[in-house]
Amino acid sequence: MWTIDNDKCMKCGGCVSVCPVGALELKEKIIHDRDLCSLCKSCEKVCPVTAIIIKD
Amino acid sequence: MYDVIVVGAGPAGTHCARKLAENGFSVKVYDRRKSIGEPKRCGEGLGENAQELIGKIPARCIAQRIKGARLYTPNGKYLETILNKGAFILERKVFDKWLAEEAVKAGAQVQSNTFISDFLKDGKIIVGVKGEFFKEPFEEKAKVVVCATGAESSLRKKALNIHSPINLIDSCLQYEMSGIETEDDFIHIYLGNEIAPRGYCWVFPKGDGRANVGVGVIPGKQKARYYLDKFVNSNPKLKKGSIIEVNAGCVPVGGLPQNTVADGLIICGEAANHVNPIHGGGIKEAIISAQIAADVISESLKNNDVSKKTLSKFNDNWWKQRGNHLKKVEKLREVVEKLSDENLNDLIGVLTAEDVVDFTRGEKLSTFAKILMRKPKLVTLAKHLV
Repeated sequence: MWTIDNDKCMKCGGCVSVCPVGALELKEKIIHDRDLCSLCKSCEKVCPVTAIIIKD
Repeated sequence: MYDVIVVGAGPAGTHCARKLAENGFSVKVYDRRKSIGEPKRCGEGLGENAQELIGKIPARCIAQRIKGARLYTPNGKYLETILNKGAFILERKVFDKWLAEEAVKAGAQVQSNTFISDFLKDGKIIVGVKGEFFKEPFEEKAKVVVCATGAESSLRKKALNIHSPINLIDSCLQYEMSGIETEDDFIHIYLGNEIAPRGYCWVFPKGDGRANVGVGVIPGKQKARYYLDKFVNSNPKLKKGSIIEVNAGCVPVGGLPQNTVADGLIICGEAANHVNPIHGGGIKEAIISAQIAADVISESLKNNDVSKKTLSKFNDNWWKQRGNHLKKVEKLREVVEKLSDENLNDLIGVLTAEDVVDFTRGEKLSTFAKILMRKPKLVTLAKHLV
């Protein structure tokens, strides 16, 4: 399950840059498309502040 | 309807718009942020020679003038060089707005607080954009759309399936600090596998005890924040300082695409991964990329042909002017990241700082290869470089 802590999130968009399937977008906060997401964990890996956590 | 719509009012977007407007074309630039130039996702360093493309940068955009660079190896020693042409540490909040104002003066229109969600298409041809201003949806047509959004936008993915793969991006965190001690007219770069794996820590002075203190690292178990806090806390001159701003961001470190054009579209700047793969500098690359895009678009509009085939001149020209150099720099990065701390201490110890500056420009890499070849275990790496 893809989760994000919106208070920790810096809105830097690194996760958007790295998503291989275009499941993420940055508006006022990060928007995540559950249907497109392949749970590859690239976004979790790249986040500089551990805002994204993917739980099994 | 405009001749050109530019998505993104960072240095690539506004420079492209300015050049197009100067050539007499109608241009509109959109930016999703409320305020152009903030928040910064950048160390704010820029070589003075960028002024050859954008003109003299006003004093209010400059926080500090830089005369040299110090490169620290893991053992704490450093190489020092005085830069041929100096550099600036900018105030991006002011600099980016100045670039936008120059575009406006040339005749472009700019609108911030505007999120562009998708392209308008006629079959496969891109004919405009759709977006929101104050959450009110709108559509706008143009003969050409320039995607200058930076890496963190899904638009480049929607257009040409471009993203920055996880193995080709560095994760970065920066504290703008006050009350620190540093040599103000030097930039300071720190290498080391425990300090910043596949990256470096930087101290970019902004004057009056202020500096951008940051780190870029390969994404992994330990986050950028771990390395930044370790770096600051291990350095008494920094540890005593205060954090007045926190910036996060990720930077492409390679994966230069062969093609960034489509019918009616050019992707330029960081959105096209046009960034120096070893030092992560993007402002100059953005400006050059945008200049080439503006030249190709101007020519194409004059001939009424904005097909992918014609706009592909952008790919050709960019690769000739920048891509081939940056590809060499990417190879250099692939070598340096495999060096142990002991190697870094030894090898960088025999170089001059001027050599290192050349290498980061993709020049004289055979010099570095020869030095690597002196160590039997590094011969394979040396061959990768040449």
